[in-house]
Amino acid sequence: MSLLYIIAFLLLIIATHQLLRIIELSRSLKKSKEWEVKDSDNDTMGKSLLLFMFLFFGFFFWQMYQWNDKALPPTASEHGEKVDALLEYNFYLIIFVFLVTNTFLFYFAYKYRGRKNQKALYYAHNNKLEMLWTIIPASALAFIITYGLLYWNEITEESKAKDKVLVELYAKQFDWTARFAGKDGKLGSTDYRQISGSNAVGMDTNDVAGNDDILVKNEIYLPVNKEIVLEMRSRDVIHSAFLPHFRAQMNCVPGMVTTFKFKPTKTTEEMRKDPYVINLMKGINAAREKRGEEPIEFDYTLLCNKICGASHYNMGMIIKIVSEKEYNEWISKQKPFKTVAQK
Amino acid sequence: METNTIHTANTLHDEHVHTHAHHHHDDEHHESFITKYVFSQDHKTISRQFLITAMVMAVVAMVMSIVFRLQLAWPGEKFAFIEWVMGDKWGKDGILDPNAYLALVTIHGTIMVFFLLTGGLSGTFSNLLIPYQCGARDMASGFLNMLSYWFFFVSSVIMLVSLFIKDGAASAGWTIYPPLSALPEAIPGSKLGMTLWLVSMTLFVVSSLLGGLNYIVTVINLRTKGMKMTRLPLTIWAFLITAILGVLSFPVLVSCVVLLIMDRSFGTSFYLSDIYIGGRPLDNVGGSPILFEHLFWFLGHPEVYIVLLPALGITSEIISTMSRKPIFGYRAMIGSMLAIGFLSFIVWGHHMYVTGMNPFLGSVFVFTTLLIAIPSAVKAFNYITTLWKGNLQMSPAMLFSIGLVSSFITGGVTGIILADSTLDITYHDTYFVVAHFHIVMGLSAVFGMFAGVYHWFPKLFLRMMNKKLGYLHFWLTFLAAYGVFFPMHFLGTAGVPRRYYTNSAFPMFDDLADINVIITVSAIIGALAQLIFLFNFFYSMFRGEKAPQNPWGSNTLEWTNPVAHIHGNWPGPLPVVHRWPYDYSKPGAEKDFIPQTVPLAEGEADEGGHHH
Repeated sequence: MSLLYIIAFLLLIIATHQLLRIIELSRSLKKSKEWEVKDSDNDTMGKSLLLFMFLFFGFFFWQMYQWNDKALPPTASEHGEKVDALLEYNFYLIIFVFLVTNTFLFYFAYKYRGRKNQKALYYAHNNKLEMLWTIIPASALAFIITYGLLYWNEITEESKAKDKVLVELYAKQFDWTARFAGKDGKLGSTDYRQISGSNAVGMDTNDVAGNDDILVKNEIYLPVNKEIVLEMRSRDVIHSAFLPHFRAQMNCVPGMVTTFKFKPTKTTEEMRKDPYVINLMKGINAAREKRGEEPIEFDYTLLCNKICGASHYNMGMIIKIVSEKEYNEWISKQKPFKTVAQK
Repeated sequence: METNTIHTANTLHDEHVHTHAHHHHDDEHHESFITKYVFSQDHKTISRQFLITAMVMAVVAMVMSIVFRLQLAWPGEKFAFIEWVMGDKWGKDGILDPNAYLALVTIHGTIMVFFLLTGGLSGTFSNLLIPYQCGARDMASGFLNMLSYWFFFVSSVIMLVSLFIKDGAASAGWTIYPPLSALPEAIPGSKLGMTLWLVSMTLFVVSSLLGGLNYIVTVINLRTKGMKMTRLPLTIWAFLITAILGVLSFPVLVSCVVLLIMDRSFGTSFYLSDIYIGGRPLDNVGGSPILFEHLFWFLGHPEVYIVLLPALGITSEIISTMSRKPIFGYRAMIGSMLAIGFLSFIVWGHHMYVTGMNPFLGSVFVFTTLLIAIPSAVKAFNYITTLWKGNLQMSPAMLFSIGLVSSFITGGVTGIILADSTLDITYHDTYFVVAHFHIVMGLSAVFGMFAGVYHWFPKLFLRMMNKKLGYLHFWLTFLAAYGVFFPMHFLGTAGVPRRYYTNSAFPMFDDLADINVIITVSAIIGALAQLIFLFNFFYSMFRGEKAPQNPWGSNTLEWTNPVAHIHGNWPGPLPVVHRWPYDYSKPGAEKDFIPQTVPLAEGEADEGGHHH
């Protein structure tokens, strides 16, 4: 079989070689220069570039039409509203620039495609024009920078809320553990040297503040409309706590504690009734059905978003946003660290 | 002239050498095969060595991308191709191993960024064009230049060798953030694979520094008579600024890498602290991975422009020549490149908004990063204005140059979103980023490199490339490239993180399979299109039509010497320059180009000199 392949391959090479010889001979007879760009080439390529522009824009709008409703649902956090508003403004701006400048580029390529008696305009510079297209981008950017920084400062400043929920997200290869502060509202201190089978997140067992801390894996509950302050740690390598539905993300870095705060505005149930989400899930469940998988319901998800090893792609946790009452019921059912450790 | 001794370009400059120069090409056959083709100190040979080595590396990186794209489009599906490429161990039964997947994306990135678009792009065109377009006999130091190539070669070999070792190649991503890259327990690729990666990159930096210093010295000292800085072609300006960026930033990468080697092998704690792995706590305390990120990106961001600027220089030259029109805003183009070069050193933190770096520091970087959009916009507008009212000659090089302007804009605008720390929170490390940098940096630089190869092939190999195959190559590449990277924005807006072995672990990404299929099919078409280029390249190298002296009607000096590879570049005295390089279609001139060697007519103004 492989001999057959080799023979076929050799024949192909011989045939190509012969073909090339014929082309070379006929070219040398005609004395034509193949490489020379002729007016007919300019014409074909100029028109092709214009055609490409239409295809390109067509492809762009087709993608918008096809896939825009697969984007992340409208935000479910307070600061996310501002992020999304700024994002929308930015998208309008860049899509406008993208369309206009590409249009000029490809239209000029078509319009001024080379022709024999056409003479190019000797036009080396124009200070006014160049000033204009320095100032316009600069002012558009000034606007973006101002709003961006305003929001960034709000998002990253320390939490001032009195009534907040403090949660630690502890990352390790390849899962998440959430630690709730418990009744005293304080997270116990930690010591990585004390990590063991029964002390997976390295609680400092000498610190009594940690006794009532609550450790949860796989799925956690958080109350709606309350500020959630996340503190993040990692056991081994850098991970990233990515909560796309809340427009929240922060790396988890070994040796330090990083933070991110957000206030969820919609419960999981409310989100499941959102028309955008209903449509999104319809698509997802149709795709699942095709593959013979069970339909699912929408859930907020925490993902790892910094390369962390072989199972980086499979390191998540489900987050249920519920009413404060449901949250209190849920948390009261969880066992504090001390009880679990003594078992 | 005695030939087997090595002349630096400086001695060749001396007048008494000129008097002998007219018969020195008779001596060329005295060079042995080894000194002419292997350990050559001639900039033209070194340029070709860089180009071909980089092409070999690029093919490896491209095949890798096809393997992981197959996995991403059809996870769990069995492909004989994957088994064939990856072997029994990493592609058992045609299914890609998750660790091997990470190794592939890591090495794909490393090769494309460093070996193709830094070593390959600068190595090929700075070497070819700096002596030619400045009017020099060769690089300032031919010997260091030769060393530069051989360090690059050894570094390439080590990188390739690392693909075949037992535990696999480095797999912590091309940015090799510790602790993942520091701890062999964390991932198999951080065993010997990472050591080889670090050794290879250190040698790479040596190569880059030797090359860069040479480029700078040559441009500053060896310009021929009349070649004022304001008469330099934009290619040379771009290579000069690129070399300066490299010389200033690459040493920081070495420090970054050396500290990592110390942490890995000698028990230091520069980047490590409070780690529990492999069932035990490590002793390292007090280090920080954030330090690594600062050091890495202090190189890493200028690196983006080290990749991009040569491509922009090349296309400036080609767009002007093939539009038969002066480049619009010559000085603004130089100013923009200088501004981009300067700003590129103070924007690195935009890679680190959500790493735990102080948010206030983040806001400073938002400001500087968005500033860089201004000179970039000026460049894009100036390109477009150069096309306006031109007489565009659509060679394959011109098409790729127009392609570059398009990808530079299309990829550039999404940078405005990512530069904004507030918006980066959602898009950081998603496919939106992958789309952005592949289009603005990857495609632009690759298009610039293709444009350069088509345009200067006559100077590289004294023959012409086939135009029709060039057209076919351009169109397939251009269409496929946008087919690969445009849809990735939509994966990003859906929140898909990068470097995921498969998206099937999270139901929220279940409906995105179609997008991944479109991307992979485009990638396969794009990869096959490169076979056309490879065929055209090697075929034309041996059997292409003989090049005429000045096929594109160019003004620059490299087209004034005979169609031959002469040691010393010009058979007689060096050409003398009288004007800037962009006198295309100047009113009153007989032809639509006036080479730089033509003296100014009486009362004629030189755009490259002072004006207004």
